[in-house]
Amino acid sequence: MIGIEHLTKSFGKLTALNDICLELQKGQAVSLLGPNGSGKTTLIKSILGLVVPEKGTITVKEKVITKDWSYRSAIGYMPQIGRYPDNMTIAQVIALIKEIRPDHIRYDEELIEGFGLDKLKNKTMRSLSGGTRQKVSASLAFLFSPDIYILDEPTAGLDPVASELLKEKILKERTAGKLILITSHVLSDLEGIASHIVYLQDGNLVFYKTVEELQLTTGEVKLNKVIAQIMKGDVPLREPVRNIFSIQERQGKTS
Amino acid sequence: MNGANTPQMKTIIKYVLVDLIRNRIILVYTAILAVLAVSVLGLDDNPAKGLLSLLNITLLFVPIITILFSTIYFFNAIEFTELLLSQPIKRQQVILSEYLALVSALSGAYIVGIGIPLLFLVSGTESLVLVATGTLLTLVFSSLALLVFVKSKDKTKGIGIAIIIALFFTVLFDGLLIAFIYSFSDYPIDKAVVGMIALNPIDLGRVLMLLQLDVAVLMGYSGALFKKFLGSPLGNVFSVTCMLLWVFVPLIAALRIFRNKDL
Repeated sequence: MIGIEHLTKSFGKLTALNDICLELQKGQAVSLLGPNGSGKTTLIKSILGLVVPEKGTITVKEKVITKDWSYRSAIGYMPQIGRYPDNMTIAQVIALIKEIRPDHIRYDEELIEGFGLDKLKNKTMRSLSGGTRQKVSASLAFLFSPDIYILDEPTAGLDPVASELLKEKILKERTAGKLILITSHVLSDLEGIASHIVYLQDGNLVFYKTVEELQLTTGEVKLNKVIAQIMKGDVPLREPVRNIFSIQERQGKTS
Repeated sequence: MNGANTPQMKTIIKYVLVDLIRNRIILVYTAILAVLAVSVLGLDDNPAKGLLSLLNITLLFVPIITILFSTIYFFNAIEFTELLLSQPIKRQQVILSEYLALVSALSGAYIVGIGIPLLFLVSGTESLVLVATGTLLTLVFSSLALLVFVKSKDKTKGIGIAIIIALFFTVLFDGLLIAFIYSFSDYPIDKAVVGMIALNPIDLGRVLMLLQLDVAVLMGYSGALFKKFLGSPLGNVFSVTCMLLWVFVPLIAALRIFRNKDL
């Protein structure tokens, strides 16, 4: 669904992404991990066309994204920080996004109801807490049932109930065969959601493996322990990018 | 522009405008302009004097308030712009819609604040020209604000550049012009001075209004020049054309740069 080939991007002297190659498929829940400043957000923004790559190509549903903006109808994006015009109400924000997408007449409003946003719909965005704004962002990402979800730190700032609700929704969409690309620093939140891990460091792709593979190589079950082992450097995982395609084939058989 | 997507632009303009007309700064700006207009026009029985005072208020406040408010608005709206850009819509349409909503709100504030008192107290062509001048200046400085936004990496830098631009055109430019006129007063520089005035949208606004009021002589050297070289109708066309260039050149440049800007 998303193909990334030799993607390179630098900001001044800093190389944010260095020759990244990835192939993400339907039904995967890919977790994008890496320390701060490793290039996660740049990668997400490149897929969304918010950042213009220097080198390399990105395809979404076999279409190269540079010229044609219509591919974004297949993506639901939840940004890390949701900031909205101060005096818009929740209802107005939702109505605005719906009106921009006249191609849709059926909406997935499960999260709007689940989060109880319909009861707050006349509140202005300025008056909302950070968590409630996150709920609005999440609801918007899921509104059009897209085939691809890009979620940047989705559970940050959400209360435990809302966080669980969102995780359930993500799982449901994954089961429905959607592709989910998710970044999070809360590894326990990714437990049970992530099927694959992409690990970035200093703009380089360190590895792209299934969670099962990682559990096997590290001998740990819990995701946070698995990642901790890897970050400590106990497990030799660094491998040339080319091997990813062989992983792809293996995944093709199992999934 | 892709005609098929104009409904999307209309939608964005509509909702952003709904946000802006409830913006406190816009409301206060409208109220202050209205209070100034009513008090200035009420002070003197001579409407031409009142209009001159309003012209000076316009030339002083509209550029700085417009460019500052717009620059800050564009920077504060980055996350919202990103959200809109994650939808299937062209980049330039998103930013152009935001620009159009912004100029509608700011020029609306000016038209309500200055135009309505004028309509009741001093209606006539001169008042209409003043409102047009203020509106054109709003458009010019919003375009410059958009250019500042797309060219600068962070908000603080952007605001700094916006302030410098506003100060340059309101204060510094005329100083340079006077220095130029004095140092070359022995040479035939009349045409050059007319040309230089075209480089400052605020001066163009002043000329436009003063030619109308027929008090160009009061403006001294450059006013007399304009009267002499351009005459009223041609002078009007010249200043309006130059001001429109000041609107569209920065706007088009900003849209082109935004096409490849990293957000």
